[in-house]
Amino acid sequence: MSTLAHVFEAGGIATVTIGLVREQIVSTAPPRGLWCDFPLGQSLGRPGDAAFQHRVLEHAFSLLKAEAPVFEEFAEPVRDDGTTVMSCTLPPRYDPDVHPAVDEARGLRPAYDRALERFGNRIGPGRAIDADTVVTAVEAFARVAEGTPWEEAGIPGVPGEPGIVSRVSLDVRGYYEMAALALSDHAPESWAGVRWFLNETETGKVLREVRAKMRDSGAEWIDWFFVTPADASDDEVADEHPRGPTEA
Amino acid sequence: MGDKEAKEKWAGIEAPVFDETAFTKPPPLDQATVAVVTTASLHHGDQDGLDAYGAGYSVLDGSRRDYVSGHYSPLLDLTGFAYDMNVVFPLDRLDELAADGVIGAVADRHLSYNGIQLDLSSIRLDSGPAGAKWLKEQGVDVVLLTPI
Repeated sequence: MSTLAHVFEAGGIATVTIGLVREQIVSTAPPRGLWCDFPLGQSLGRPGDAAFQHRVLEHAFSLLKAEAPVFEEFAEPVRDDGTTVMSCTLPPRYDPDVHPAVDEARGLRPAYDRALERFGNRIGPGRAIDADTVVTAVEAFARVAEGTPWEEAGIPGVPGEPGIVSRVSLDVRGYYEMAALALSDHAPESWAGVRWFLNETETGKVLREVRAKMRDSGAEWIDWFFVTPADASDDEVADEHPRGPTEA
Repeated sequence: MGDKEAKEKWAGIEAPVFDETAFTKPPPLDQATVAVVTTASLHHGDQDGLDAYGAGYSVLDGSRRDYVSGHYSPLLDLTGFAYDMNVVFPLDRLDELAADGVIGAVADRHLSYNGIQLDLSSIRLDSGPAGAKWLKEQGVDVVLLTPI
């Protein structure tokens, strides 16, 4: 983000840059930078809170009065407490003959559809699979979790380009997180939906098992590393693959 | 896993350092046309998404609200954006500021890049300047840059 600020200013456009990672915005030093101690993915702080968002914008635009490069900090932090989980009532078991994750994914479809109607589809599915394919994907992931080699499990798009399994898993996660919005019916706290999906749902547990199974089977890291968020135990793997991203 | 751990991973990534800082003096804010440029990798529902790690940009119609994030990183929580697009792409807030006369106007078109890049040279030398030129041609005076 800060890199683009330098480029745009050189092109004759004034910029104000919101930064969420302090080390990044301090290092790249855009002409007018406002560090906001907000979670990643929440540049304006609080979803559904127009007054708060206006306070952020008021501070950001005030930097345009500066006569020289300026860096300031927004005074109201919004932080993930690391523990909050969305409170969502999952559908009861309906078909005992299918894997619990598959039953769950089917049962969440009405909630997903309500969220789609209210919010639109902003976070997926759509990267690799559509909503109608989510149950098929969950069936395949469940087979991997139960021991089927991932290349033979019928994951949509496999075989395909490197990283396709991660994209399918993100679409499944997006489907669940959308459904969670309909089930909770309030603005989500940062990461509360992710923790709900990974720790509380059957499909989240399946995906964590899929990631471990793929890693242990010797799959290329690009195929398993991003299936769920990495944790500290993956640092060694991450260090071996320094093609890591930088920020625009 | 949560935002703290995600940020720690991003904080360790080497960031570019600029020896000189370009600085463009804007017109008064109440006379300025403002656009949003975000690295949230947004596109419209009927557009193809940006390539993973691609340096290109998408043009977003400000009269629509069907913005989709195509980000591929599991280290991002996008549920806030799903609930309220303004937490990343605050067009409703800018419309309110324009209606109140705080800003001159909201641009008709906005841009999105992919915030996760393997190499910034293309953005610095090609798609970044191209985006700035395009916005300038649209009459944009001020850009609000929002990350993901």
